[in-house]
Order: sequence, then structure tokens, then C-alpha cells
Amino acid sequence: MPRRMNPLATIGRGFLSILATTGRIALFAVSAVSHCVRPPFYPRLVLRQFLEIGYYSLPVVGLTTLFSGMVLALQSYTGFARFSAEGAVATVVVLSMTRELAPVLAGLMVAGRVGAAMAAEIGTMRVTEQIDALTTLSTNPFKYLIAPRLIAATISLPILVLIGDIIGVFGGYVVGVYKLDFNAATYITSTVQYLEQIDVVSGLVKAGVFGFLVALMGCYHGFNSRGGAQGVGAATTNAVVTASILILVANYIITELFFAG
Amino acid sequence: MSDSPKIRIRDLRKSFGSKVVLDGLDLDVGDGESVVVIGGSGTGKSVLLKCIIGLMEPDSGIIEIDGENVVGLPRSERDAIMRKFGMLFQGGALFDSLPVWENVAFGLMAAKHVPRPEARKVAVDKLAQVGLNEEVSTLSPSELSGGMQKRVSLARAIATDPEIIFFDEPTTGLDPIMADVINDLIVKCTRELGATGLSITHDMASARKIADRVAMLYQGKIIWAGPVAEIDSSGNDYVDQFIHGRAEGPIQMAVRRG
Repeated sequence: MPRRMNPLATIGRGFLSILATTGRIALFAVSAVSHCVRPPFYPRLVLRQFLEIGYYSLPVVGLTTLFSGMVLALQSYTGFARFSAEGAVATVVVLSMTRELAPVLAGLMVAGRVGAAMAAEIGTMRVTEQIDALTTLSTNPFKYLIAPRLIAATISLPILVLIGDIIGVFGGYVVGVYKLDFNAATYITSTVQYLEQIDVVSGLVKAGVFGFLVALMGCYHGFNSRGGAQGVGAATTNAVVTASILILVANYIITELFFAG
Repeated sequence: MSDSPKIRIRDLRKSFGSKVVLDGLDLDVGDGESVVVIGGSGTGKSVLLKCIIGLMEPDSGIIEIDGENVVGLPRSERDAIMRKFGMLFQGGALFDSLPVWENVAFGLMAAKHVPRPEARKVAVDKLAQVGLNEEVSTLSPSELSGGMQKRVSLARAIATDPEIIFFDEPTTGLDPIMADVINDLIVKCTRELGATGLSITHDMASARKIADRVAMLYQGKIIWAGPVAEIDSSGNDYVDQFIHGRAEGPIQMAVRRG
């Protein structure tokens, strides 16, 4: 088949399919959000998802941010020592954690943990006709399955990140005070001295967006999975990969909106 | 057949790309009647069922439920009609995140807003109707055998006292004895409710047991329909080949799923 060999046609087909997928995801998102705000609501399910997404992700997010804060203090100390700017370590740690590292790392961790699980669960429900069964039992799958996940993820990720901020800064403090021999009071003073509200707020806004993206990708790929176990596997992979990429892209865009103006 | 059929289908068409699955299908199901649609794998039986129940939108044609055409109806009105339906899915399609009783009571709580304790009582009653005792009600569906799952699924299908119950390959994957138990339960439950039944199957033993009338689907059309007693004397080569399960005959098996 000569048309398949044509490199231009291959690029074009790929591009068109990306556009089509983007459109489908956008429509899916609009429909999902509109179901989030219209009754019936399922508070019980939202609560369960809070537990699943927020509470059970605490250890993972805590460990990630703890060690990131620690390594950040160590790295910036050894780097800044070259131009005698060791005093900036505390500020670098707190700004990097709140603005960047806590939201991005928490987002990626939750994408791996929760996004994959969502895609697998909803995907299995799709291929075993459980989603069809919901519809025949007068229950809208968007409201029952997708809305609780979107709501819980969008709200619980900022809370996770706030906790991650604190743990990360604490990690930097531990390394700074016990290993690098900073004075504890001085370290804490310089931590809060240059910290502004916008640093924390921008990080929390990012977290909310990332949480939404993780849940959206998990639900979208799960909901549209086809063809048995293999289809569910592909949905899971796609959910994690697309969520991770979208997190990094959104991270840049939000940073630009907050700080480049 | 009664004067005004419960389900009336005329010239129903559905294609996927270039593959025509339903090609101008006509079918009537009378009130309180049990019709079984037989046909080989990939002939579009599932598509037919999904079109009627509203999980799939046909390309064109008429599907009347109680005289009201449901094709192209907006979602909210369609939902109201769906409340008359109960459905037994092929694989059971039980929600594995919920215990058995919540599965059975799901439609009651969702559609009729029955409070949980009351819904639970109804669920236990319905489970008893399909021969399961109360102990089962707190188990998770994954702890049950295939036959038990089918029973729970049947209890869920009848829990809201539907007017029409759909059965998608009710005996697939069951041993012959359990299949017969399920067939008996289907007959018993639909009769007790006075419900109309529409089943699709390729299991002739099941079809003979639960059908008042049998319709044979082939190449997107109903090629023969008649009382179950006449199925052996249909005079139709296609029907004869199918009910006797012969490899040789006019029917060529489809390769791709419909």
C-alpha cells in the first residue's frame, strides 16, 4: 500500500489523530465538570475517593518531599559555597519547595499511584459491562464514577501539597541545622523572611490543576478502554503518561501566568 | 400476539463504519410475552439489545416502547423509559466494589430513592426469590461462583419490579445444570412479575425453555419468527442449521464481532 509508505501522510495522520483526541478529551472534560455541579451528588463516594487519593497518598508524598527538601539543602549549600552565598540555602529550599517541587512531585506521584488505579478500575468496569449496568440502573456513570474522582482529586492535591511543603522545608531544616551547622533560629528566620504568600498560593493552584488533570486522564482512558485485559493495560499506561506530560506542560503555563507578568 | 406490542421495532439499522450489523430489522414483543432472539456469534444480537435498551443509538428506524418511539429521544426522557427495564448482563456485570445486597438494591436506591435499610430488606427478599439466603448478602461478588453471580445479577434485574427484562446470553459460561437452574429462575421471576422478556442467546436448550416465541437473527434481519413449538418444523434451512448446530448449511459464520 503506497499511501502507508508516504512519510507526509504518516505525519498528517498522526497530527489529525492528536487533534481528534484533544477534542474528545476536551468534550469529556466539559461533560464531566458539568456533571460535578448538577445533582444527584454522591457524598459517600467523594469521601471514599478523598481517602483513596488524599489520605493514602500521604506516605508517598511525604517521603518524596522530605528527601527532596533534604537534597535541595545539601546541593544548594555545596553549590552556593563556591561564591560564599551559603546563607541563601533556607530561602532556596522554601521557594523551590512551595513553588515547584512539592506540587510537581506530588502531582507525578499521585499520577502514578492514583491515575493508574482509576484507569484500571474504570477500564475493568467498562470491559465487564459494569458501566452499562450503571446506566440501566438509572445511574449516570459520569456522576457516579467520574465526578467524585474529579472533585476529590482537585481538592485533596492542594492539601497534600501544603503538607508536602511543610515536610520539605522541615527536611531542608534538618540537613541545614544538623549536618551543615546552621543556627536553628537563623535558618528559620531566613526561611520565612523572603517567603511571600504568592509562592505558596501559586503552588496550591498548581496542585489543584494537577489533581484535576490526573483524575481526568485516569477517568478518560479508563472510560474509553476497549478490548479486554490488553485494553485496560493500555488505558493504565496512557493515563499515567498523558497525566505526567500534561502536569509538566501545565506547570510551565501556570508559572508563566503567575510570575512572568 | 396482543394488539399493541410492548416493544415494536421497525426497519432498525445500525452500521459500524462499512460493516452493516442491523439491516432493517422488524420485531414485535407482546405484553407479558417472552421472546428469544437466536443467532450466531457476531450477528448483531448484542447490538440489537443495546439499541433497544438505550446504550447505543441506532442509525435509523423505530423502536417503540408502549407505543412511544424512543429513537432520538433526549437523554432525560430516555432515562424515564429506562426505569421500566431490567437487564441481566452476560458476565453478570456486578459492581465488585459493593457487597451483594447493595448490588441488588442499587436500582431501588438510585431510581426510586428507597432508603438504605428498606432497600436492604427488598434486596434480601429478591435474593431469596433466586434461592440465595441472607448470608450471601454481605459477601463481595468476587467471592461467589459464576452461577451464584448470575443469580445475584438476576435478583438485581428484577429488584425494581421492571415491566421489561432483557437477558443477554443468560446461560453462557455455566454448566448445564446451573444453566437449567437459571432458566427456571428466569421463567419463574418473569412470570411472577408479569414482565415482558426479551432474551438473546445461542443456547437452544435455554431458548426452548424460556421462550414463548423465537426469532432468528441473520445478516441484520429477523429471517424467521414463530412460536417455540414450531421451531422444529419451521421449514427454514437457516433455522434448521442453527438449532441442530450443523457446520454445513447456508449460514456462513461471521469473522468479526458485531
